[in-house]
Amino acid sequence: MPEVNEPNHFLRIVLWWLVVSVIGTALVVFVLGPGLPPGNGSVEASGQVTDNTVLLALSVPVAAAVLVYLTYALIVFREREPEVYVDGPPIRGNASIQLWWLVTTTVIVLFLAGYGSIRLLADGSGGGQGPNPIAAPAASSSDPPLQVQVIAQQWQFNYRFPGYGGVEVPDLELPANTLVEFHVTSLDVIHSFWAYQLGVKADANPGVDNVAYVTTKGPLSVNIRCAELCGVWHGYMFETAHVVSKADFATWIRAQETRFAPATKTLPPYSKTYFPPPERRGG
Amino acid sequence: MSTIAVPVARPPLWRRLVGFNLLAGIALGIIGYVIGQWIGGRFTGVNIAYYSKTAGQNDIAIMLGYFFGVVGFLIGMGFANYPIQRMLGYPPTLAEHEAEEEGVGRYFRLCTDHKVVAIQYLVGIGVFFFIGGLNAMLIRTELLQPNTHVFGANQYLTLVGMHGTMMMGMMTSGILGPFANWVVPPMIGARRMAFPRIESFTFWLLMAAGVVLITTIFFGGFQTGWTGYQPLGDQNTAGYDAYIGFFALVGVSMTLLGLNLAVTIISMRAPGMTWTRLPIFVWSVLATAALMFLAAPMLIAALLMGAMDRTIQTAFYVAGQGGSSYLFQNLFWVFGHPEVYIVALPGFGIVLELLPVFARKPLWGYRLAVSGMLGVGLLSFFVWQHHLFVSGINADLRPFYMLSTELISLPTGFTFLCFMGTLWRGRIRFTVPMLFCLAWAFNFLFGGISGVFLSDVPSDVTTHGSFFSMAHFHYTIMGGLVFTFFAAIYYWVPKMTGFNLSERLGKVHFWTMFLAFNSTFAPLFALGFMGMPRRVVTYNPSFQALNDWASVSAFILGISMLIFLYNVVWSLLIKREPAEANPWHSKSPEWQLATPVPVYDFERTPVFDPDPYPYGVEPVPVGRPVVAPAGGQA
Amino acid sequence: MSASGKRLAGIAVVAAIVCVAIALYIALYLTNVPGSASAVETSSGTNLYLATVASAATNDPHPTWVSYYAVDANDQNWRHATTYVLPANTLVHVTIFQFDSQTGLRNPFIGQATGTVGGTFTLNGKTMEAIDPDTASHVFAIPAIGLSVPLYGISSTAKNPCSNAPCPLSNDHSTITFTFRTPAKGLYRWQCFVPCAAGFIQGFGGPMQTVGYMDGFIKVV
Repeated sequence: MPEVNEPNHFLRIVLWWLVVSVIGTALVVFVLGPGLPPGNGSVEASGQVTDNTVLLALSVPVAAAVLVYLTYALIVFREREPEVYVDGPPIRGNASIQLWWLVTTTVIVLFLAGYGSIRLLADGSGGGQGPNPIAAPAASSSDPPLQVQVIAQQWQFNYRFPGYGGVEVPDLELPANTLVEFHVTSLDVIHSFWAYQLGVKADANPGVDNVAYVTTKGPLSVNIRCAELCGVWHGYMFETAHVVSKADFATWIRAQETRFAPATKTLPPYSKTYFPPPERRGG
Repeated sequence: MSTIAVPVARPPLWRRLVGFNLLAGIALGIIGYVIGQWIGGRFTGVNIAYYSKTAGQNDIAIMLGYFFGVVGFLIGMGFANYPIQRMLGYPPTLAEHEAEEEGVGRYFRLCTDHKVVAIQYLVGIGVFFFIGGLNAMLIRTELLQPNTHVFGANQYLTLVGMHGTMMMGMMTSGILGPFANWVVPPMIGARRMAFPRIESFTFWLLMAAGVVLITTIFFGGFQTGWTGYQPLGDQNTAGYDAYIGFFALVGVSMTLLGLNLAVTIISMRAPGMTWTRLPIFVWSVLATAALMFLAAPMLIAALLMGAMDRTIQTAFYVAGQGGSSYLFQNLFWVFGHPEVYIVALPGFGIVLELLPVFARKPLWGYRLAVSGMLGVGLLSFFVWQHHLFVSGINADLRPFYMLSTELISLPTGFTFLCFMGTLWRGRIRFTVPMLFCLAWAFNFLFGGISGVFLSDVPSDVTTHGSFFSMAHFHYTIMGGLVFTFFAAIYYWVPKMTGFNLSERLGKVHFWTMFLAFNSTFAPLFALGFMGMPRRVVTYNPSFQALNDWASVSAFILGISMLIFLYNVVWSLLIKREPAEANPWHSKSPEWQLATPVPVYDFERTPVFDPDPYPYGVEPVPVGRPVVAPAGGQA
Repeated sequence: MSASGKRLAGIAVVAAIVCVAIALYIALYLTNVPGSASAVETSSGTNLYLATVASAATNDPHPTWVSYYAVDANDQNWRHATTYVLPANTLVHVTIFQFDSQTGLRNPFIGQATGTVGGTFTLNGKTMEAIDPDTASHVFAIPAIGLSVPLYGISSTAKNPCSNAPCPLSNDHSTITFTFRTPAKGLYRWQCFVPCAAGFIQGFGGPMQTVGYMDGFIKVV
């Protein structure tokens, strides 16, 4: 039985929670938010930043609820005379609290799942969608997406441009303000093409064409890293790509076509997947 | 089983050493390994022999060596005796060193006493936990500098793989092995498990598996990480065979452990121990056991196909030859996701079981807690594709798996609600076990929230395969399982061994571990968000400050484990202060046993108070005494 | 000895054994660090002499594996070394004696050299930009600086192939030379790109994944 002058614990906890949540959420949204990864290097990356901000903003009240309650309970409800073993009140449950908890958490979860799905289906969020992508950013008919095939092998990435004679290059440059359609595949084991600033990650599986979309913005440097353990040099499988102006890109790709003409002659015709020998044991 | 042990004259030392015990097991294991290698060497056909010669390894011979070695070990331990006896017509019996000699010898052979098996598990898993932890220290040493390499690139990847493999393989049974085996029978009113020999079998199989894993370094190690992705694993030198052997054996051990526990809980409850009266820890064990025997066989299947790819040159996982790398990923994660809930659920059970004792209140929301356990268990089978969000799976599937993964946070939330409710208006005592349970709440909160980030596909695009994912699972698995593992140790060791662990050293251990743990893994969230992938031996120099912070904290975390070890050695081996029968004044059944616990646990089957957590109320009077009263606590 | 004295002694013994075991365990991982070789400074510039062989030396832990060997500046002998120490921001002339047979490239693109001065290399005296991808035996590539040079394999009908390293120049071989500029100080990795690991799937296991055979480091000082 609560005594007459026992404080209203529940009210106090709620008030503390409100204070912490408001301050925390404001900090997260306005201070951390703009700087959240992966940055605004592409349209999809900006989408991820917004998504992360929403997630973080929702996490703060949830974490605050648990932490504020625990701090309060551990201070207020601690045993002050440990020598004597006195039990607490036999409270076994409270149906309405359980119901409210269930309803609130379900609403939060459904909201997050819905919001995430909407954002995902809008433009694919830069992730690899497999050979039959369902979420592509809107492309204009006059400006078709730039197709870039990312060929991952142990232990470097090469890039092939089907629209430019199937030329293959070791270093990637992309034009600004363009919708790029990556086709990521592997020649041997599972790798993962991670272009951090563009917010792109697509696993490279052998024999699979993994499509990822990104809409570049202005010129910038992009860190490309392999994000799936692929053998001894996985940690060293990184390079830098560049997003440059459209004019610079046009010049660059022409120069590459000339420079790598000898290699292009020996390449197999452009295809979504490759199975080069030896597939089984070498030697 | 009401035979009273009759003291026998102790046989001479040589007689005690000869027989079906660990020495015989090791001897027959080595002989078996040699036989297996020899058979494999003879088996290989012309083609395979050519490839073996140029590659310099014979995978068939190594696999057969491991297999025959383990079989030889098990025969030497005496596990074949009873089946052969029964096949020859002898009647069923259970007397295998159970009531014979007291003393250390029982711990080094097949013993059907569940208390002995539990302690064997505790020590055995503890040894491999420390080896895995040593690996972690070596990993963090390597990551102190991006461009100075302490270890070779292959050796570093083997360290990483061994750390993960050792921990996941061993600690999956980390709470079920030592604590469920010890505590569940008294909690349900049984004297033993349903299958005592299988109980001992699961332990020795796990030990054999651990030895197999350690031999990997002699064969070049494995560079695939604990997930063992194919076809990378196929390319590996012979060290990967040890990985396959380890996980296959662990899979068998897990399956049988789960089956044993489930059957025990279902069919060996004493009268009065109804489903609604079952302690919450037993419910969590039941849910975990079900996950174990349903998920582990899939791992065995996946690895068996990998072994066939490596030895007899099938192409299950080779894309160009009709196989698919997705097959392994999916099979592995169909096991792998329930696996992490196998690791998490016992933690939930432990904290909800211990909290009533240290808050002196009944568990709040018992039915909600049970549905939380069962809900997590059920949902865990429907979420595995979240490990494959950007791997090129059918894009239609992703919203579904995003939803199912986010939904699993609901039953997890029930556990948190019951945790918080039990604390409400309690009389909280900050003993060492309680501190570890409170740390669980803190750690799992951040682990769980970071899981929500990872389950959200747009966010996952950046964080998949990065250190963010590593921080998430260390917060949930280490922050969840390992902290509750220590809570269980500090809580139950006085009853299991009859000696107290030092409370003061325990608090030093706790605070060092808690602060160092958070200091080690919190920066990793940032590192992942900033773009550092997992399993890398080098990194962008701008990440060095955070890596160094994490490494130094990890070393302190290692020191906290040494403090724990010192506590164990000092309190249990040197000081040996006898424990009271019920130092925590718990009203749970296992504390009503006498200390030290007799071999047969209790004389008469107990009749249980219908209330599982009778705190704050008078216990319901029953017709006859519940059990032999222990230490004056009625 | 009293019971507690025996116990203390037992604990001390076990602790000592554990410490020794831990030291041994760590030592197991610290072994197998491959040797290093430095570039040779002559009046004509900085030179690096390498060889690629079909089988390592008979006393090597892996005598059946393909491997790189290097001539060390100090003793002018062939060493089984894969860490090459080079000065920073310098033009380095690399000569590779290639003793192994043709295997072919999984990605024919690598048949063209990149990152060398002029984008060319000489093969047995002739200056070229690329070789037929099916004739490659090995590749020397430093991906971080964009260097990649294919190494032509000896014919399968060669009369006098080398069996085990070290290989004298009297055995059949191709000689490839090229020049590249080293980057700033640091540690970079190099690798081969030909699937030359016989007996391993896709030819990329074993020696291709073990530092000391077909992979190594460039230490720029």
